Amino acid sequence: MGQKASGWKEIPIAGVCWRPSTEYQTGDWRTFRPIHDSNKCTKCLLCPMVCPDGAIKWNAETENIEFAYAFCKGCGICANECPVDAIQMVREGEEV
Amino acid sequence: MTAPWKFTAREIVEKPDLFTSGHRACAGCGPAIALRQIMKATRGPTIVTNATGCMEVVSTIYPYTAWKVPWIHTAFENVAANASGIEAALKVLKRKGKLEHKNVDVIAFAGDGGTFDIGLQALSGAAERGHDFLYVLYDNEAYMNTGIQRSGGTPHGASTTTSPGGKVIPGKPQFKKPIANIMVAHEIPYVATASISFWQDLIIKTRRGLEVKGPAFLHVFAPCPRGWRYHTSKTIEISRLAVETCVFPLWEAKYGEYSLSPQSKVVALKPERKKPVKEYLEVQRRFGHLFKPGFRNVIDEIQNITDKRWNQLLKKCNIT
Repeated sequence: MGQKASGWKEIPIAGVCWRPSTEYQTGDWRTFRPIHDSNKCTKCLLCPMVCPDGAIKWNAETENIEFAYAFCKGCGICANECPVDAIQMVREGEEV
Repeated sequence: MTAPWKFTAREIVEKPDLFTSGHRACAGCGPAIALRQIMKATRGPTIVTNATGCMEVVSTIYPYTAWKVPWIHTAFENVAANASGIEAALKVLKRKGKLEHKNVDVIAFAGDGGTFDIGLQALSGAAERGHDFLYVLYDNEAYMNTGIQRSGGTPHGASTTTSPGGKVIPGKPQFKKPIANIMVAHEIPYVATASISFWQDLIIKTRRGLEVKGPAFLHVFAPCPRGWRYHTSKTIEISRLAVETCVFPLWEAKYGEYSLSPQSKVVALKPERKKPVKEYLEVQRRFGHLFKPGFRNVIDEIQNITDKRWNQLLKKCNIT
């Protein structure tokens, strides 16, 4: 003891997360992969809103739904919720 | 009064995520859906504070962060106190002319453990002091992050690791605490319940909570596939069933005036659409023991408490 403790201005800033989580790709957790059928799709935009991972994007240029397979964890919510069954879950490594 | 917020699904989908991909929630996580939807409803600069819980753990694993807004982690018990501090600091900066933004919103996120049990006194204090912030409770009905221990938000009959359903007890013996009604009793400007299965309703309520002057409380129903024991693809389906069976009715209370939201009003006006709770219970394995002989009466008990609370709610909304 004897030494004076440093004030709040001197102590280092603790625990600041500085890298975006998008650098960490969660896609390799997946067992089943969603396959989108753009012929059946009515573009109701439900699936992007119910995806827990933000892995379903709306491409304004092509006017279509796109999957970010780098982040999709394969939960299957989109396939379960799709009102017209335009999304199918296929086991990784298998063909449609 | 500002004009009501109008939006199209396309605008919302095209708005960049403020809670981004790459967070490490389990596949099919309900609270992660809730956070994504809520962050789509922000109206400008926003500061988020997060109590310890699933969403704090999965979104900021050092050195990665899933947040695109200023975000601060705080302990289990004091997220509301933290939000009060942020709001007070913003007020001082504004008074001194050091704040370049006209308005900064403060959102506090906490799970059911951090709200029903541990954080209740801080929340009650902040509501009484009248700080201008939105408190979002994402309710997955147990302490999922530490290994599925029962909380004040766990419903009657649910099996958790600290209330295991077996030969002796039928899961949790107590009933779920009516937390949203407790918050209405604080006479704060805005209290609402919402479900991730009706995202338009959820983001409208979020925006109302942000727009209102004073504390707002939003109770969001967010199923957890890991703790509730169902397939990851059923998250939205189960949260919809909870609304249709009236286990979790949707309503809002502005200055204590209750009103039912459209999804629950349909059930109130056409009682034949109300589904039995059995349909909601049988899809989750945490209630699986109730369907074996011995604990069958517990299903009736759950139906009774659901009906009783639903009828009380109808009375408060002046629907008979």
